[in-house]
Amino acid sequence: MYTFSNRLKIGSFILMALGVLGIAIGFISAPSTVEEAKAIVASHDDGHGGGHGAEAGHGEAAGHSAAANAHGEEHDSSHDEHLLHQLQNKPWAALYVGAFFFFMIALGVLAFYAIQRAAQAGWSPLLFRVMEGITAYLVPGGIIVFVILVLSVMHMNHLFIWMDADVVAHDELIQGKVGYLNPTFFLIRAALFLGGWIFYREYSRKLSLQQDEAQDDANFKLNFRWSAGFLVFYLVTESMMSWDWIMSVDPHWFSTLFGWYVFASMFVSGITVIAMVTIYLKSKGLLPDVNDSHIHDLAKFMFGISIFWTYLWFSQFMLIWYSNIPEEVTYYVTRIADYRLPFFGMVAMNFLFPVLLLMNSDYKRINWFVVLAGIVILAGHYLDIFNMIMPSTVGDQWSIGIPEIGAVLFFAGLFIFWVFKALATAPLQPKRNPFIEESRHFHY
Amino acid sequence: MASKMIHAYYNDDDVLMHAVKKVKAAKHHIEEVYCPFPVHGLDKAMGLAPTRLAITAFMYGCVGLTVAITMMNYIMIEDWPQDIGGKPSFSYLENMPAFVPIMFELTVFFAAHLMVITFYLRSRLWPFKEAENPDVRTTDDHFLMEIEVHGNEMELTELLMDSGAVEINVMEKNSH
Repeated sequence: MYTFSNRLKIGSFILMALGVLGIAIGFISAPSTVEEAKAIVASHDDGHGGGHGAEAGHGEAAGHSAAANAHGEEHDSSHDEHLLHQLQNKPWAALYVGAFFFFMIALGVLAFYAIQRAAQAGWSPLLFRVMEGITAYLVPGGIIVFVILVLSVMHMNHLFIWMDADVVAHDELIQGKVGYLNPTFFLIRAALFLGGWIFYREYSRKLSLQQDEAQDDANFKLNFRWSAGFLVFYLVTESMMSWDWIMSVDPHWFSTLFGWYVFASMFVSGITVIAMVTIYLKSKGLLPDVNDSHIHDLAKFMFGISIFWTYLWFSQFMLIWYSNIPEEVTYYVTRIADYRLPFFGMVAMNFLFPVLLLMNSDYKRINWFVVLAGIVILAGHYLDIFNMIMPSTVGDQWSIGIPEIGAVLFFAGLFIFWVFKALATAPLQPKRNPFIEESRHFHY
Repeated sequence: MASKMIHAYYNDDDVLMHAVKKVKAAKHHIEEVYCPFPVHGLDKAMGLAPTRLAITAFMYGCVGLTVAITMMNYIMIEDWPQDIGGKPSFSYLENMPAFVPIMFELTVFFAAHLMVITFYLRSRLWPFKEAENPDVRTTDDHFLMEIEVHGNEMELTELLMDSGAVEINVMEKNSH
């Protein structure tokens, strides 16, 4: 039985406190008027402001008529309003990226867990309690994401422009999608997805704990059936969730393999976190039966799914780059123009780094190596979510500053607190799983 | 040079594994073990060095990647940089996404094929190669352990009989 160590608890509280501070600073320093927004941009980037000044002068020299001047002013003010919205979005987008990133880790672990149950894997039952501990975060994480979505629907922010009736009125493309993208249906879907995932998590956990005390395998078999059923539900809802929560921040753009792409991201992050939590608990002597072959298997999954993620990332990128259809390619044009380093940096972090580090069979058994690769993979997939949300919400006004880091710290603290609290509620090793002996002697 | 060999036959892989461990513990050198199928853990029990085939495959893959990049850079960018459907042939990097499928396939092609050929060369396998099998039964249901005799025939026979051998033969063999 694991007891939540005080140091870890205090550490998670410190992370949460620092995070709240960072998030608050982000919201306080967001501009509320156009003048403030302009001042922020000017103070951040003198060169940029100077460039604007020169442009304005050029516009005056070129346009002699008053009409042209008026037009220029009107254009300028709409540009300023746009800038204001982008800067106002910044703390919201930072919060949303952080919230979704940690939520998606728990969801990825849940998918991995269901696959292990449905596949009747012989090596992993020793790790079921670790996975169940991590998926406990689904409840608070899911609720927080849902609350952010509700606040968006209530027009507290401009993350999803299709929620703005004024925008929809002037946009025929969005009007065509109103049947799917309308606030009521959006929230109903979100509630349905979250309800289904959380239900499976809680029910499977209950059956898993009952199995420990049972006299037969009835709970285990029931859990197998529910897991197989959940995977069907998950595949459909995960795909729709990625359209709703991520793709719809850019309602003019669409991609068919987007759901898989988001899935690969959450799956590999989830497996990485399983490996890291397992290594942590093992280093405390709490998982005596977990040997380096288990770690080896998890590292193999990290390696393989990293490549799978890259495959999907590249397939999406290359197909759009190759055909270069204007309505699709803007997605990548803005990312390559304004997000060059995070956009290509994440390919290095999520592909090159794990491929070269985790290819060697011996390295997959070395704990610090797996943890090091895991940290880079997690940072890379944070950047992946960052690259999906930020360009359509804050545009070229992005930065990784206090609000972004604050949100990551807050959710990291909450994640650690909730996961280890859940780990402390049950013995770390299942007692009466039919595969537990095989798992205990697992050797690769 | 002719030397004296002792052949011990087993009809179960578990018995074989125990016999191998026993012979190793008695500090005899096992010349060879013939099996009808891979016996899990036999190489470890015999103390064989791990294979380095994977390392060669990695290097062959790097060669394949280099071949792909040099080839396409020369053909598409340097030799005749045509405008084909508006693809940017100004530099390799600008047109790289279009080359990635070929880079990937050639990497896999080189890694796989050259590694297989390396395996054939290292394990001396080719068509019309004369089979080195000492007894046809070892391809069906018998396991055979071959140990060289250095004037300790009696002692070795006794050890092998104890280890569960079903048949023991001593023979002259011309070493290759």
